[in-house]
This record gives sequence, structure tokens and C-alpha cells, in this order.
Amino acid sequence: MNDMRILERSVGTKEIKISARGCQVYYGDTHAIKDVDIDIEDKTVTAFIGPSGCGKSTFLRCLNRMNDTIDIARVEGTITLDGEDIYDPKVDPVQLRAKVGMVFQKPNPFPKSIYDNIAYGPRIHGLARTKADLDEIVEKSLRRGALWDEVKDRLDAPGTGLSGGQQQRLCIARAVATEPEVLLMDEPCSALDPIATAQVEELIDELREQYSVVIVTHSMQQAARVSQKTAFFHLGNLVEFGETGQIFTNPSDPRTESYITGRIG
Amino acid sequence: MTDLSANPAGGGAPAAKTGGSLYASDARTRRRNAAEKRFRIYGMIAVGIGLAFVVALLGVILVNGTRGFQQTYLTVPVYLDPAKLDKKGERKLEDIKKVSTFGYSPLIDNAIQKILADRGIDGTFEKPKEYRALLSASAAAQVRDYVLADPRVIGETVEFRLLASSRVDGYLKGRVTRESIARDKNISAAHLDLADGMLAAGLMKKTFNWAFITGADASESRPEQAGMGVSMLGSLFMMLVVLGLSLPIGVAASIYLEEFAPKNRFTDLIEVNISNLAAVPSIVFGILGLAVFIQFAHLPQSAPLVGGLVLTLMTLPTIIISTRAALKAVPPSIRDAALGVGASKMQSVFHHVLPLAMPGILTGTIIGLAQALGETAPLLLIGMVGYIASNYPDGIASGFLDPNSAMPAQIYEWAKRADPAYYERAWGGIIILLLFLMTMNIIAIILRRRFERRW
Repeated sequence: MNDMRILERSVGTKEIKISARGCQVYYGDTHAIKDVDIDIEDKTVTAFIGPSGCGKSTFLRCLNRMNDTIDIARVEGTITLDGEDIYDPKVDPVQLRAKVGMVFQKPNPFPKSIYDNIAYGPRIHGLARTKADLDEIVEKSLRRGALWDEVKDRLDAPGTGLSGGQQQRLCIARAVATEPEVLLMDEPCSALDPIATAQVEELIDELREQYSVVIVTHSMQQAARVSQKTAFFHLGNLVEFGETGQIFTNPSDPRTESYITGRIG
Repeated sequence: MTDLSANPAGGGAPAAKTGGSLYASDARTRRRNAAEKRFRIYGMIAVGIGLAFVVALLGVILVNGTRGFQQTYLTVPVYLDPAKLDKKGERKLEDIKKVSTFGYSPLIDNAIQKILADRGIDGTFEKPKEYRALLSASAAAQVRDYVLADPRVIGETVEFRLLASSRVDGYLKGRVTRESIARDKNISAAHLDLADGMLAAGLMKKTFNWAFITGADASESRPEQAGMGVSMLGSLFMMLVVLGLSLPIGVAASIYLEEFAPKNRFTDLIEVNISNLAAVPSIVFGILGLAVFIQFAHLPQSAPLVGGLVLTLMTLPTIIISTRAALKAVPPSIRDAALGVGASKMQSVFHHVLPLAMPGILTGTIIGLAQALGETAPLLLIGMVGYIASNYPDGIASGFLDPNSAMPAQIYEWAKRADPAYYERAWGGIIILLLFLMTMNIIAIILRRRFERRW
């Protein structure tokens, strides 16, 4: 687990992309996220780890207001993107989600062709003026999703006909097609086999050059492999947040240590 | 039947598991297998009973109904006597119009007498009037209409294909026998002998009854003339109203309730009430339609428009319930995916959820329409059942607004009438109605398949 790469990875101080202060989330009467303060940096992979039900996915969904779709969910505190409060009444969640893309746990391509899957976002946001523009966006996105070579001859085939790993890369390509600034990934590899997982992880590492990536994962090895920063959630609290290397080698909180050594979880 | 009960022996249970060959089934397994076998047999019996009912039903309908699709006609050359039809000899339409059907009947009587004599068929009557029992009361009207359409034919001999009376028609189909007419004042055994003779001579023929499919209802005394055509148009116009109103309203209401409406007590109440509406007896909708559409809104009575409105009320809950079920069945991951790339709520619904729910919505709609097509009770109350002496609608507007009947109402009306010839027509009407329902269901299945295959 203490992969040497972690130590080699240089983490410079970077611009802060997303910042949460005093964030609370309630599902009805359940207090799911308790007073979370966190600063997520630009061009960095930040991993959220923690046992099931600790609130890491919930918090991730706060970052692009996907929790709005759940009637009983209520968010308090402030979350800012580039200094702007995303829960401000003036903010349209649709615009926010164009900036903060999301990849879900289960690959969920639209039941349409591969091309249409990618083109959908650019179309509704008006990113392409001509068919050629759109073709270019589709190709670029599929290349970034490391899927182009596999599907370039069958862009008209249904996206649901791809294998699980290809579907997930399609979803990632779809998410990057709208040129987001932040990419949220909710356990993107939990439904994939090790080979597909490796491909996706490699992809995440490449995406880091352009985006701020936040990834929720159950696999601590994965967090250690792909992230520069790691946040450990437990029972709705953000227990510890810091350099990935430091969290895995020298955690300051005993709960973090218990979790990463497998005693709780 | 299933063996869910815990071992009564308690602690002894695991011990029983040890040992024993895999080849020999133990008592518990045997019991389980026997239970499964019994259940399979019950299931097959249930399916068998259901199939038997369907076969019996279809058999009875076919046996009774096919006769409605046959009709006996007499082919008679009628001399259109100018002395009777146009006494002044000026061939003026006004003068010719003055001759009523009573003036035409003797011509037909004489024509029959003549052809019988020519062909040497036995059993002629003393009075030519007696031949009338062979023919439908509509025969004279048919000849008159022909003459009025073109007065120049007066003086010629024209061959007419005239409807036989329902008794003669029934005799050829086996419904009327010599015993059954013993006390019948309308026809005698001599007429039946004559019918046999004419049949042998080829003057009388039983053919496929197109008029039954295209024609209008007829009065009590001339069942041979009655057809389903006009009531089919009535049903068609009603269905247009139902489809045009209930599909958009139902789908819009379902989408709002399912995707946009906040989940609170008020929407819960609406939901419960929609389910309740689906269970309301259709006659209640009928009286509601009578009160609201006819007495309050003063829409015309017996009009397909009103019938369509009432049936829309009935169909809406069916469509809403099935549409909501179809929307609910769309996996939430699709909604997430759309929202995740920055689609608005409405875009996610109309671009992704609705197309996926389409087969379910269409199926629900067509099933709702099929229900509405077969519905009779609400039509009783808005005056669409009864002898509605209507002709074909003149156009679209009259189709919606003129009094008309509907297929099931027409069947009900015929079944009520005394003449057994109408009973036969009622069965025939049922066949037509069932053909429509089957067609609709097949369309539902085809649409479903096609939409599902797209992905």
C-alpha cells in the first residue's frame, strides 16, 4: 500500500478550486454530513475515502448540487467554486453542472449511439456550431476518454452495447465533452474488472493535467495510486484531509489509522 | 406448501444433514419436489381452464355471428310502369316524387309474379300482394330511390337486387323453420316453398353482407336492412375525441406528477384520487357527463363529442396510471446521467426519460382506448343507446355533433329487440367489435416492439 510513487509525487501549492465551509447535509432527520470544511485544489486528484455510509458520496453530490434532485435532502453552510457560492439562489444548477461534471458509480450511457452519447452535452450547451465542430468534440472527448481507437469505426453503435469498462470510459468521455472545470467521480471503478480499472485510473491521472478531479473510492489502494490529496470521512465527519502520502503513511488521527489498517470499516 | 417451517427437532437438525448419498433423495427433498410438481399441475389446470373459456367464447361468437355476415337477396326484373309512376307523362321530378313507396310495391309484386310464371316455379299466390312477405319492406324504397335518381328509366324493365325479408333470410340460414312459423302472421309455409323454388332457379341468393358492415341501423321491423357502419363511425369519432384529449392531458399530468411535482400531502391526495377514479363504475361517469356536458354546457345529446368527453374522463386514470408506471420504470441512472452533463430537468425528461417510457405509455393508451371502445354504460345516460335513426355524417363537424350510436351501444340495442334476426346481427356486431379490439391490441404490441428495438 505504501507505494513508492506516492512519495515521489510532488505536490505544489495550487490554486483552490472548490472550498466548503461548515457544510451540513440532512436527509430528513438524518444528519448525514457534519460541519465539513475542505479546500479542493485545481489540477489535483482528491480522493474521498471512508467506510460505507460515511457520507463521502453525499458530500461529492453536494459539489454539483445533484442532491437537489432528492426532495428530503437539505444542504447548509457554504460551498464555493472559484469564490462563487454555488448554493446562492441566483445560481442555476444546470449551469453549475456544466462546469462541474460527474461520473457515476454504475456506467450509465444513454441508450443511444456512442456518438450521440458524447454529443448530447455539447448539443444542449450549444458548444458546437457545425456538424464538423461536433465531430471534432466527439473525437477529442473519446480520445481523452481513451476510447477512440476502440470505437472509432462504430460510432453509430449503441453505447449500451459496449463492455462495462468501455461504458465507464464512455461516461467519462461524455463528462469531459462539455469542457467542465471539475470532474466528480463517484466510485467509478467499483463495477469494473482490474484491467478496466487500470485503464480508468490511467485516464484519471491524465485528466489531472486539465481538471480538478474528485474521486470517491472504496479502495484505499486506488486512492493511494491516483490521488495527491486524500480526505477521510467517518460517520459524516471529515476526520482528516491532507497529502495522500501523509494520510497513508503517517495519519494524525487514530480513526484514520484504524481504517487504513483495516480495523474499522 | 413450501417448507419454510423450522425443524421442530431443534438442535438435532444439523446432525440429520451428515451422511447420505447424493443419489438418494431424502424425505425433505422428496416433499419439496412433490410440492413443486403439484404446483405445476395446478398452474397447467388454471391455464387450461382459461384457454377453454376463450375457445368456448370465440366458438359461440363465431357460430352465432357469422350468420350476420350473410344476407339473402332476390334478383327480380321490375317493369317501371309509366302509368303508375308518372301519370301525366311529363317526366317531371315533382310529379314522380308524389308517388310514395306504396305506389311502387305493386310493381314489385307483379314483377315477382311474372318471373315466377316465366320460370315455371310452382306455388304462386292468388293475390300479387302476398309476395310481399318474401321481400324486405325496404325493397319498394330501393326501387323508388333508383327511379328518383334517374327518372329516364321509367318505362324500362330494370333488374333489381332486392333484400329478402328477415324470415326468408332466416329460413335460408336455418334460423326459421316450418315449425317455428306455424303461428307467424307475417309468413306462411307456402312462402317458404316459394323460396325453395326461387333458390333452385337462382333467383334468390345468399351472399356476403357488405351492407351489414357499411349500413345504418334500421327500424324494428326490417332487421335485414340493419348494419354497423354508422355506429362504427360514431365510435371512430368518439375515439378521436378520447385520443385527442386523454393522451396529451394524461401524459402531461403524469410527467408533472412523476417528475416535477413536490412529494407532499397534496400530491399524495391527488395520487390516491387518480387510483380511485380508475375504480369508479363507468355509469357514474355517464351521469356526470349528462349533468355537466349536456345539462350544464348544453352540448348536443347523443353526440359522439359528448360520448368522447365522457369516455375521456374514464380513460384518463388508466393512461395516467400506466404512464406513471412507465416513467417510474426508467432507471434513475439515466436521469442522473442527463443531469450530470448539465441537462435541465425538462431536457432530461423529454430527451431521455420520455422516449424510454414511450412503449409503456403507448400500450397504456391503446389499452385505455380499447376499454373506451367497448364501453356501453356511460353511453346509456347521454342518449347514445337506442334507435337513433341516423344516416352517415355529412362531414367532420356533423360526425362529432350529430346524434349517433356506438358499436357496443348498437349491439346492446339489437340484442334488446324482439326479432331473432336482430339477435343474429348482435352477434355479428360483436365479431366486428372484437376485430377492432384485437387490431388495437396488435397495434399496441407492434408499437411496443418497434420502440423497444430501437435501442
